[in-house]
Amino acid sequence: MGPSFYLQQGLNGISFGALLFLLASGLTLIFGLMRVANIAHGSYYLLGAYVGLSVIHWTHNFPLGVVSGGTAVAAIGILMQRWFLMRFHQQALPQVLLTMGFAFIFSDQALVLWGGDPQSIPIPGPLSGTLVLGSVYFPVYRLFVIAVGVFVFVGLWLLQEKTRVGAMVRAAVDDAEIARGLGINVWKVMTGVFALGAFLAAAGGVMGGAFLSVYPGADFDVLPLTFVVVIVGGLGSLKGALIGSLLVGLLDNFGKALFPELSYFTLFAPMAFILAIRPTGLFGRA
Amino acid sequence: MAWTAGSSRRAAAVGIVLAGLAALPPFVPTYYLHLLTLTFCYGIMAMSLDLLVGYTGLASLGHAAYFGVAGYTVGVLATRYGWGFWPAAGTGVLAAALVAGAFALLAIRAIGPYFLIITLALGQIIWGLAYRWVSITGGDNGLRGIGRPLLGLGISLARIQEFYYFALAVTAMATGLMYLLVSSPFGLSLRGIRESESRMRVLGYSVFLHKYLIFVIAGAFCGVSGTLYAYYNSFISPADVNLVASANALLMVILGGTGTLFGSLVGSALLVFLQNLLSGVTQRWLTALGVILVLSVMYAPRGIVGAGRALLVRSTPRQHVPETRAPERAEEGSASRI
Repeated sequence: MGPSFYLQQGLNGISFGALLFLLASGLTLIFGLMRVANIAHGSYYLLGAYVGLSVIHWTHNFPLGVVSGGTAVAAIGILMQRWFLMRFHQQALPQVLLTMGFAFIFSDQALVLWGGDPQSIPIPGPLSGTLVLGSVYFPVYRLFVIAVGVFVFVGLWLLQEKTRVGAMVRAAVDDAEIARGLGINVWKVMTGVFALGAFLAAAGGVMGGAFLSVYPGADFDVLPLTFVVVIVGGLGSLKGALIGSLLVGLLDNFGKALFPELSYFTLFAPMAFILAIRPTGLFGRA
Repeated sequence: MAWTAGSSRRAAAVGIVLAGLAALPPFVPTYYLHLLTLTFCYGIMAMSLDLLVGYTGLASLGHAAYFGVAGYTVGVLATRYGWGFWPAAGTGVLAAALVAGAFALLAIRAIGPYFLIITLALGQIIWGLAYRWVSITGGDNGLRGIGRPLLGLGISLARIQEFYYFALAVTAMATGLMYLLVSSPFGLSLRGIRESESRMRVLGYSVFLHKYLIFVIAGAFCGVSGTLYAYYNSFISPADVNLVASANALLMVILGGTGTLFGSLVGSALLVFLQNLLSGVTQRWLTALGVILVLSVMYAPRGIVGAGRALLVRSTPRQHVPETRAPERAEEGSASRI
């Protein structure tokens, strides 16, 4: 296995990492603000992918598929947060059981609605080519996914650090009571962040569906990877989510290529190592 | 614990239930014996999880991992190396305890929602091994032909009636041991940790050591259930190790009422019978499971035994009923400060 193997797998890993970042950034923000370990986050990915798939089949419009998948799932997220999770604010176990219940319902109903066969979302024309770098063939679409990942990171970072809304979110994360005392509607902020997280995961589902295909069980395939990302990066940290995503994307890809039988296990050692040194993850606060 | 009128009444109740279960086989169809045997397997698993969730306030989302480690260990040893029952079962339980010991080192330091996420990720890693390590585990096809065991002394468990008695005996023994554990001073200090870690630390208890020990003990008992299940079912597959399996166990604990050891057995019976009842009506068990999860969190947070106890307290106000507090209440205070 020469350098071209490592280059190829490295680029594959980074593009998968960019996709994971779309999931993990939302999950980590939701966690940082609400302390909700959202088991249904993988379902948002799957539902978004299926809704996008149907819309793209009807309209042959890829961006519309991404936006409608994201919006539909964001609406589901808002309903879940308003009607169910809010009642159990700051109670970890009831919240996690609720999101787990919803994850099972979504997974099963998606199987009913969209069937059990893996389906592929067609890659839009301008992105369907292949880039040749010496002996390395690299799909343009994967580069596009990397670009989207960078764009979303910069966008979220600017939103969080440079805008008034971001300042409200940070205030609510640091001390919800004081934020409320200052006139910030913390409940609204929470719903907004939850919707944003659901939107990103679902949009990621549509984009991921174009190179990983959409299949029953994809929700519980991406969920542990996303969780490992936020554990490694530190819950609530955007920077941690980025570095964790790249790390997990690369490890997962090289693990699958080099030790296909032990693929999940190759994630275990680094996670254990980081947790042993820093129990709250790389950038997490105690 | 002092031997009071209450505990002798409880002992009598346990005796009656045991005698009733032991008298069943000649009278009921094998289908119900099958369901009861499954109830015993999952009941031990749920009780071992209740040691963590109900008594220590550690809600693990990856408990099926230890069930699977034990099940696969006995499966591989029995089918590939032809090991007999006792050495294979012993190794299976030991393997579950060892994996729990390794995972505990990572998970125990975390608190609240962080603990939930880490246990889930660790559980999924074991699932990933079961699913992808095809040369050992058989992958998606699972391990077949584990075979009902020979116990020695000419005792074979090939027929379901025989296995039923064996499972009943194992369950009774495991339940007794776990009951002794939770009512021992060690068990009381676990409850102290559930209510307030900082208080126990100030009183001089090693919170880490207590949590670590109970995590390993729970893993070992879960290993007992996995071993029993693998020998009964003669088959183990990744579906026994996945998140749904962990959620099933957690739901049994919740339905039975957290912190009520016997409640987990009731929850196990409820879920096993419900699943088989519904499987005749609909293919959508996963949806049903999700709906039950949501409804039980919304409307029966203290479970069936918890609700029954509340009724009992209301009808006999003077009798002392041990207080069981749901762990989420205990977490409420600490979670907001993490």
